[in-house]
Amino acid sequence: MRFISESSQERIPCYRVLDDDGQPLANNFVQVSEDVAVRMYNNMVTLQIMDTIFYEVQRQGRISFYATTIGEEAINIASAAALTMDDVIFPQYREPGPLLWRGFTLQEIANQCFSNKYDNGKGRQMPIHYGSNKHNYFTVASTVATQIPHAVGAAYSIKMDKKDACSITYFGDGGSSEGDFHAALNFAAVMEAPVIFLCRNNGWAISTPTSDQFRSDGVVVKGQAYGVCSIRVDGNDALAIYSAVQAAREMAINEERPVLIEALTYRVGHHSTSDDSTKYRPTNEIEWWRLARDPVARFRKWIERNGWWNDMAESELRNSLRQELLHSIQVAENLEKPPIADIFNDVYDVPPSSLREQEQWVKDTVKNHPLDYPENISA
Amino acid sequence: MLRAIRHKSIHPAFCAFRAFSSAAKEMTVRDALNSALDEEMSADPKVFLMGEEVGEYQGAYKITKGLLDKYGPERVLDTPITEAGFAGIGVGAAYYGLRPVVEFMTFNFSMQAIDHIINSAAKSYYMSAGQISVPIVFRGPNGAAAGVGAQHSQCYAAWFAACPGLKVLTPYSSEDARGLLKAAIRDPDPVVFLENELLYGELFPVSAEVLDSSFCLPIGKAKIEREGKDVTITAYSKMVGYALKAADILAKEGISAEVINLRSIRPLDRSTINASVRKTNRLVTVEESFPQHGVGAEICTSVVEESFGYLDAPVERIAGADVPMPYAANLERMAVPQVEDIVRAAKRTCHRSVPLAATA
Repeated sequence: MRFISESSQERIPCYRVLDDDGQPLANNFVQVSEDVAVRMYNNMVTLQIMDTIFYEVQRQGRISFYATTIGEEAINIASAAALTMDDVIFPQYREPGPLLWRGFTLQEIANQCFSNKYDNGKGRQMPIHYGSNKHNYFTVASTVATQIPHAVGAAYSIKMDKKDACSITYFGDGGSSEGDFHAALNFAAVMEAPVIFLCRNNGWAISTPTSDQFRSDGVVVKGQAYGVCSIRVDGNDALAIYSAVQAAREMAINEERPVLIEALTYRVGHHSTSDDSTKYRPTNEIEWWRLARDPVARFRKWIERNGWWNDMAESELRNSLRQELLHSIQVAENLEKPPIADIFNDVYDVPPSSLREQEQWVKDTVKNHPLDYPENISA
Repeated sequence: MLRAIRHKSIHPAFCAFRAFSSAAKEMTVRDALNSALDEEMSADPKVFLMGEEVGEYQGAYKITKGLLDKYGPERVLDTPITEAGFAGIGVGAAYYGLRPVVEFMTFNFSMQAIDHIINSAAKSYYMSAGQISVPIVFRGPNGAAAGVGAQHSQCYAAWFAACPGLKVLTPYSSEDARGLLKAAIRDPDPVVFLENELLYGELFPVSAEVLDSSFCLPIGKAKIEREGKDVTITAYSKMVGYALKAADILAKEGISAEVINLRSIRPLDRSTINASVRKTNRLVTVEESFPQHGVGAEICTSVVEESFGYLDAPVERIAGADVPMPYAANLERMAVPQVEDIVRAAKRTCHRSVPLAATA
């Protein structure tokens, strides 16, 4: 009689390509062309600047809420770069990077955050809840981990359609505790669904460190429990993420199976603008990860060493991004809010008469009591 | 139980059908549901079924009998035991463009999945500003069966019907079962389809055109099962049968009851209900579920809002006892409405317990 120990002797090793100085450790990675590498770097910087500025905009009281992705730029961009436009993305809420990669503009980001009339979400959701069919990126919902079984269902549909595509879903270390995670992995294995489960293990679920979240060796070991092949990757290494996601995609599609990737990283920012993480973790820990382990700087060193980037390009990029972003924000902030009709549309495919009556009642009320309503309620 | 169904009028809404006045054949509700699923799966390759025991076992209540053999394991999926999981997976498949029909062994188990039904299905079209539509059907037995205790007997009509974005249907007869299930599967919005275990084995007459594969009923229209002029009785699911029996008893005592089979809890057919109350001036609402915040309360409010001046008596609400369902047969009988409760309520609205001559 022998009980299996609760953990194995050694932790699962972590796949890494670049060291902290941006030097390749070995030749065990997918080569990335200059075009792709520079585009990846540009997007990582865009994400970084976008987060920094929008965070400030929230602190200034101009938008109600924001959540940054600082520290996780490599996961966001490199994973998107390894996929095709046909692969369907089911995000949690800390993954605007794939949207940027696929062509969602800073203006569209700003429109959503300011919920103006050009928001393609029609002002229905809080900031950072982006979604775009055009970019094959399913609308962010605040519910934690619900997107994981959704991705499995979509992967099953993709398989039935016999498409050369997969679905990918992102979630955090905290999200892996939800029942949905377990049901989804279990099911995906049974259904043989072509889905990539990408866990951003960034060490924190708001104030809950991973030591209070689970007692297993991270999230990667849970894959085998469900019959899902898995890998642990250095989440701050863009090339490692790129290689792992590309390999996972091939396995998922060609072998019709799910794959779990645990990307180890650190949530440098607060959970959101409603959080002050210095209250539950040491400031010097945050600063160390922000500076010494910055995935953007690390990748920059690699592309510079290849002769694909330099200081001048850097300052040009950062300046032009800042300008573009500030302009987008200014435009977005001054646009009108969505019309009243958008309260009542899209509840059903065809609005029922009861909703049309309510809409008319609201419009009449606003018209008859104009002094009771602000000017930006337009019928 | 044989019953001649007289259609009141033609409803042009979604799909065209003509009213027939004599029954050609009989069909159980179980067969009605099975044939509806079969026909919709045959017509549209995107329709597929998921649930516990729906495949190899032929369905916990045999509703999906024969479908695994006919359509194969890709379209009839036996799922592991995780309502939250397979509801979420069904929603994901619907997001991408398939049309899943997800079975809950009973809707009591849907509570495990309610986050996906409400937050992932009902609200997604709205929250995504029309980008994500969810053409999914959640179906299964709802409400009390017989001797299954508190955790297998609750009715969820009021809970789901409270949510914008969902449609909630409650078939009674085989015609309802066929027509409403087909409509639900074809509908682009998420639909909660509440069946009743005790009705599965009941036989109802079905006309030739109910049997036609193109048959479907409009969502949001109630049916006047029996016309009357003294009191309106609204009911859904199994209680429609009880209301009809009560109407027979009342007729012998000179009270002419109009029985409305709601068919659709959301959207609720307020205009049919109000038109009836304006005619009869009295209302009894009947439901098997808990009384507080229930369907009867909503109907009463609708009538008070729209037809207050027409009421000659307070609205009577007949519902189940406000307790978790007990098991012992005698206790269970007292915890759900019986025909005599409906009869007495109708008489109370007529303010007398002796035969009443019909008033103009």
